Amino acid sequence: MATKILTEHINVPGIETFDVYRKQGGYTAVEKALKTMTPEAIVEEVKKAGVRGRGGAGFPMGMKWSFLAKPEGVPRYLVCNADESEPGTFKDHYLMKNIPHLLIEGMIVSSFALGANKSFIYVRGELMYVINILEKAIAEAKAKGFLGKNILGTGYDLELVVQPGGGAYICGEETALLESLEGKRGNPRNKPPFPAVKGLYQSPTVVNNVESIATAAWIVNNGGDAYAAVGIGRSTGTKLISASGHIRKPGVYEIELGLPVEDFLYADEWCGGIRPGHKFKALVAGGSSVPILPANLALTLANGEKRLMSYESLSDGGFATGTMLGSGGFIVFDETSCIVRNTWNFSRFYHHESCGQCSPCREGTGWMEKVLHRIEYGHGHQQDIDLLVDVAKKIEGNTICPLGDAAAWPVASAIRHFRDEFQWHIDNPSEATKPGAVYKGEMALV
Amino acid sequence: MTTETNPAVQFTPERLVKAQEIIARYPAGKQKSALLPLLHLLQEQEGWTSPEGMDYVARMLDIQPIEVYEVATFYTMYHINPVGKHVIEYCRTGPCCLMGGEEVYDHLKQRLGIDTGQTTVDGQFTLKEVECLAACGMGPVFQVREKYYMHLTNERVDEIIDELSK
Repeated sequence: MATKILTEHINVPGIETFDVYRKQGGYTAVEKALKTMTPEAIVEEVKKAGVRGRGGAGFPMGMKWSFLAKPEGVPRYLVCNADESEPGTFKDHYLMKNIPHLLIEGMIVSSFALGANKSFIYVRGELMYVINILEKAIAEAKAKGFLGKNILGTGYDLELVVQPGGGAYICGEETALLESLEGKRGNPRNKPPFPAVKGLYQSPTVVNNVESIATAAWIVNNGGDAYAAVGIGRSTGTKLISASGHIRKPGVYEIELGLPVEDFLYADEWCGGIRPGHKFKALVAGGSSVPILPANLALTLANGEKRLMSYESLSDGGFATGTMLGSGGFIVFDETSCIVRNTWNFSRFYHHESCGQCSPCREGTGWMEKVLHRIEYGHGHQQDIDLLVDVAKKIEGNTICPLGDAAAWPVASAIRHFRDEFQWHIDNPSEATKPGAVYKGEMALV
Repeated sequence: MTTETNPAVQFTPERLVKAQEIIARYPAGKQKSALLPLLHLLQEQEGWTSPEGMDYVARMLDIQPIEVYEVATFYTMYHINPVGKHVIEYCRTGPCCLMGGEEVYDHLKQRLGIDTGQTTVDGQFTLKEVECLAACGMGPVFQVREKYYMHLTNERVDEIIDELSK
């Protein structure tokens, strides 16, 4: 039986209420942390756990916590990033909607560890119904003495504020999120200074993803070593994977890191395989921003070993033959999918979502969308493929925030692995633009 | 559909209480943080973020009107033009399209007789296309106000439109 750290009780009827959550052992981490542990001891356990940022960057959460500046007399803030907007990712939505108290419990112990007395959960505005669920849960926790002034008589005060976004992918970037939380446009800030030194209201701030913070309660209860014992190597613990696309069983699955991609994709316990009658063509393993891989490379490393669902194994081979775990947005494509059309679709997304501050991203995403559009609609030029590679290269690494990279990688990787398909569109416009037409040339379907 | 502007926009008494609660939850002097939530509240009441409404919010937060306009135009959820009674926002991003989204949305446009960005002549429906709504495993998806409609098919779209038209 696989270890479930976040979702063990998620299907218990009524788990969204305080009483049922409490009956399943909920809020014991708050009691333990506030009554028996020091903030430093909690940070130490989270460090030992080795849990890495689950929003996509994979930066160790304990290390991020230890960077927090602690000047005298200046408030410190914890901000939960619940702006989940990465295409292919819907795990935080699932977690908050079904088991809101898990996040709240994580917020309480994390805020205590960081010395924050006012913490924020920034939820994408589209999820207003989830915001209502969270606010109801917060009111319950407050009524039971787990939030507010003098929590459980320990003298520790904490207010939780749920903040709605306004509909902008860029606000998932932590400094854009802080700008937005201050009531401004979501333009990412230059770093340094990092939020750990100057974040919300220019005060020291930690920003963590929902799934990351949700692990804190389990880590407090069971210890960092127990968490680190799950998973593989430096990919400790479990990960929520959002599975979508052409599979039999789309949904959110909590897996132990280190599970072979092949098992996750084909076993009935998880995705259940490609939809009947179809073949596996390509995989986006970690949300739309990470490089797309053809089926064979998704399942096996360049050296023939099985590829695993872990930070290291998914990135094995660099971008030549690998990808990234990212946010765990697992999008599966069968042979009916047109890679050119999907790449154009993703490029349109990044163009729409670019905040416009940096010209390489603002202009480059627009050019990539336009060039991909003309290839897809039968007006591609022979030099367009090289042009796309060139534009992608000129965006990558030349912007304030990672949106530029996130826009460049899907295009560069699609051309790297499916160049013949792009060429086919350019060489055969009348055939390629027929409804439902898909490239059928040589490629490794599984 | 509200086409006339209303110079006397103000929150209803209940929303005014709510607005004051929202403003009070930020540290002193940081009331501008209430801007995004107050714009949602304004839109919930007025249907859109009208210029008069935005000026009202600016006065309430003691900030310049431009600080409100620049925010309302940056974020996609705020309607800076009048909209129909029901705003249907369908997800056009990759995973929903893989699940047949494009065909379903074509059907939706045909059914309503409008294209994206338009409002039906009876003022009942406005159609907008949006990016990923974080429900990729349940695609195709659209949203009408707070409600998510998932696993859409042409038949399901017809049912929903019939229901909303009542």
